[in-house]
Amino acid sequence: MITVKVEEKLFQNRYKVDVGRPHINIKNPDICRVECKTQECAVCCPAGCYTQEGNGRVVLITDGCLECGTCRIICSDFRNVDWEYPRGGYGILFKFG
Amino acid sequence: MNEKFDAIVVGAGPSGNAAAFTLAKAGLKVLQIERGEYPGSKNVQGAILYSDALEKIIPDFRDDAPLERHLIEQRMWVLDDESYIGTTYRSDDFNKPPYNRYTIIRAQFDKWFAKKVEEAGALLICETTVTELLMDGQRVIGVQTDREGGAVYADVVILADGVNSLLAKKAEFHPELQPKDVALAVKEIHFLPQETIESRFNIKGDEGVVIEMVGKITQGMVGTGFLYTNKESLTIGVGCMLSDFKQQKTSPYALLEQMKEHPSIKPLLANSEMKEYTAHLIPEGGYKAMPEIYGEGWMIVGDSGMFVNAVHREGSNLAMTTGRIAAETIIELTAQHKPMTAANLALYRESLDDTFVMKDLKKYKNMPDILHKNPHFFSAYPELLNRAAHTMLKVDGVDKKSKEREIRQSFVGKRSLFGLLSDAFKMWRAFE
Repeated sequence: MITVKVEEKLFQNRYKVDVGRPHINIKNPDICRVECKTQECAVCCPAGCYTQEGNGRVVLITDGCLECGTCRIICSDFRNVDWEYPRGGYGILFKFG
Repeated sequence: MNEKFDAIVVGAGPSGNAAAFTLAKAGLKVLQIERGEYPGSKNVQGAILYSDALEKIIPDFRDDAPLERHLIEQRMWVLDDESYIGTTYRSDDFNKPPYNRYTIIRAQFDKWFAKKVEEAGALLICETTVTELLMDGQRVIGVQTDREGGAVYADVVILADGVNSLLAKKAEFHPELQPKDVALAVKEIHFLPQETIESRFNIKGDEGVVIEMVGKITQGMVGTGFLYTNKESLTIGVGCMLSDFKQQKTSPYALLEQMKEHPSIKPLLANSEMKEYTAHLIPEGGYKAMPEIYGEGWMIVGDSGMFVNAVHREGSNLAMTTGRIAAETIIELTAQHKPMTAANLALYRESLDDTFVMKDLKKYKNMPDILHKNPHFFSAYPELLNRAAHTMLKVDGVDKKSKEREIRQSFVGKRSLFGLLSDAFKMWRAFE
């Protein structure tokens, strides 16, 4: 198996980050920590925005978000992702798309 | 901005642009709202443009649209870990204008299309996110944007806001998407000198090649891969059902990276420079997963309405066609001085039923279920086919009759005779 750093891929992309105003939030972190055993968001987010901490917590940093919607839909058991589009003009800026 | 418009179009992708263009051209007062810095800056596609759908909107689009290559060759690869078995269709007929399909780069193409929309007379505002629909009871009367004093009103609102369509969900027009109704695709664009692309793919000038792929590259998940030739770049991507990603807990970028290492793919990308990595959901739930597409003062077009033919990898043509027909419905109702009620907008659905859009979606209505229940189509068969080819082609002193027996046994051993017959029947049912 080859190891891939998603950061190296995201480095090629352009973003206008809305500092301090993430457009996606975990509604209730305790649900991730206590109830969700699978935490697919941490594996399946194509931008690696979700990371699993040793203590069962899931940490979300939206700076590299590609605005695909995967995390919102994949959380089908708990619906624990509060997902909005970034404010107009912010977020990913595709050069090619 | 408390102005009132005949129509508001949310989004400036293929469906929104088709709708806004058609409406503006007919003289209606149209506002189009796009959340990106410019149209295209939030949009992702493979991307292939199907001329027919665009010709019906802008007949002379070839004069100035940013097109990459017209497609003269289609390859279909079924991949094992080390090999592929495939078909190629290459035709000089596809090399005669007017060309039928082109590769495009969406950020450039959408910008061009939106400019046409503005020239037709629509008002486009960018860097503006629509946060919710404004309702009067059950009726949509406008949209709320994230600009100051950002309420705008219209007789009808067209939702061309893409696969996630938060607006339709907030208004409870349809429920949240299920992981089985969407595919997650990841893609990279790789730059190479034009001559290198032409020699690697046996093409010249503006000729182009597409490669569609199934098999071990999706690691047992239901999905496909692709490689498209642009003028000075290649796009390579892979997409699988999100339900499979969820169940297998597969990393999409690791999947793409693994695919790029395939010995048949790697040489095509050699020495290229990767300049962008994108991800996007594709609504592949098909006919049975389609939401309501119209109501009191609203219509849904494009990806937000699940208008994708996953079997034939078509989407942008369905998007443009639904956008155009939604607009034509509004134009017709306006001419007859009829209000934009659900009862009147039902004409949109009736008109669509007569087009390839609904006919194709209905034709493949059972496909998503069949594929979900038979993931071995994407793993066992590619392996069996590749091994069969290997057995037959390798000259090793074994007689051909024995080789045939070995192949037959490998198929029966993997799937049983009943399994093979039942698979054949299921595929026939899916395509009938």
